[in-house]
Amino acid sequence: MILETTQQALQALFAGAVPANEAEAGAPRDNGVILRDYQKHGYHLDAQVAANQLLAAVTILDQGGFFIESITGVDWIKENQMEVIYDFSRYDFDPCRVVIRTRVPRDTPVVPTISTIYAGANWHERETHDFFGIKFEGHPHLVPLLLPEDADFHPLLKDFKA
Amino acid sequence: MSAPIQLRPDETFLLNVGPQHPATHGVLRVKMQMDGEYIVKAETVLGYVHRMHEKMGENRTYAQYLPNLSRLDYLGALGYTHGHVLAIERAAGIEVPERAEYIRAITVELNRVASHLFWFGAFVMDLGGFSPLMYAIQDREHILDMLEAVTGARLTYCYYRFGGLYNDVDDDFIEAAKRFIPRMRKSLKKYDALVTGNIIFQKRLEDIAPVSAEMCRKYGATGPVARGSGINFDVRKNEPYSVYPEFDFEVPVYHECDSMARYKVRMDEMEQSLRIIEQGLEKLPGGPIMTEKKPKNIKLPVGDFYQAVETARGSFGIRIVSDGDKNAYRLKLRSPTYSNMHLFDEACEGMLIMDALAFMGSLDLVIPEMDR
Repeated sequence: MILETTQQALQALFAGAVPANEAEAGAPRDNGVILRDYQKHGYHLDAQVAANQLLAAVTILDQGGFFIESITGVDWIKENQMEVIYDFSRYDFDPCRVVIRTRVPRDTPVVPTISTIYAGANWHERETHDFFGIKFEGHPHLVPLLLPEDADFHPLLKDFKA
Repeated sequence: MSAPIQLRPDETFLLNVGPQHPATHGVLRVKMQMDGEYIVKAETVLGYVHRMHEKMGENRTYAQYLPNLSRLDYLGALGYTHGHVLAIERAAGIEVPERAEYIRAITVELNRVASHLFWFGAFVMDLGGFSPLMYAIQDREHILDMLEAVTGARLTYCYYRFGGLYNDVDDDFIEAAKRFIPRMRKSLKKYDALVTGNIIFQKRLEDIAPVSAEMCRKYGATGPVARGSGINFDVRKNEPYSVYPEFDFEVPVYHECDSMARYKVRMDEMEQSLRIIEQGLEKLPGGPIMTEKKPKNIKLPVGDFYQAVETARGSFGIRIVSDGDKNAYRLKLRSPTYSNMHLFDEACEGMLIMDALAFMGSLDLVIPEMDR
């Protein structure tokens, strides 16, 4: 039930454009909402949005009563892109896990902060900034969290050399 | 005669708790702006035991990464290794023999009881009662001995393999586990009589440190912290995995939202874990403990996979982004303590410092798990 309503609400962001359902997770693809096989992937909805649609997508989930699981990044060095992945789930017996992803250019990785919607995004965004150097615009306190306070390196970048 | 010391009425000062402080149970630092005994603002500083486990996940094969998982949470390590093997089995499509899954569930629950026991002792010690810790450690010792006999380790277990287990349990283990259940039930009654009714204990916890369900949602709190705030959420029930649907057990939920509620949730959970262990031992099927069609070198298909499990501290998630190679392209660990601790800064504003330290204890922190 919640799955369909969330899918429709997210789908509305794309003015009806539906990407191919069989597009493999992880591979470059068009923005849009994909229904995933839960048994195989462990989540139900997989939405790739543009960075400027992110706040709208997260607001839909906030209104749908989702809680924030985590935020992380992936460095797609071959495609010269950086991906930010947001995980949401519900305190519900009708499980519905939603993944929101957005891709930004690797040289200028900037996405808006969602800590204004989910206070708990604060640390997750700081951690993602630590590891990938992704900037979260509007974040109140974007300083190293897990890395040393003077850290100027991003260890999960694929071209990082210790 | 010297002049009396006078403070300006609006004066606050900065108090540094940690990183070496007994109340934080590990290297955690909290910067607190204090107005007398009251906290005006707090900022948690973490990362003192950060070891970059996620990077290690990228440059080791999936099997080589197995021991890393038990070095996250040293009190309830089996739950984390369970999450990892389940994630790989889900992505690679490996079937696990029923006996192996039952033994996994039994050992995870034993580990959960051990973790809660240690938390119980340490928590009461935070509040000034020393002896319950000694009793709790005595009970925990029985579990560690049992697990040591089958897994070969006392804390940092590496017992599960993709497709099964490293070692079958023997009759001694089953006998010891059967003996342990009534012993533990007796102990739970003892703890209840010794601690729960204690008036000092109650006054330190009841109506202290309220965490609303909405706050849990905004921060992603799970586990006993969320269940103490009236949220009926346990991954074992909400998103069943392994053989948990086969067991008859309840999820304790308390609606008071205070530190006492979080205490009661964990105390009740131990009884529920005992029920699972009891049923598991009773139903334990025979047969192999390792799948026959286990690939020698595990390579996952291209894709993005997620697996959540309920550990002693809450919902632990592992995300594997695979590019088809023998190690992960990206491996993300979602640790429950991290999200549970995050709400501390907001929740402790305006609280007495002693209440805040009791609150911190009720969150059941394991710092290496938070820092990863």
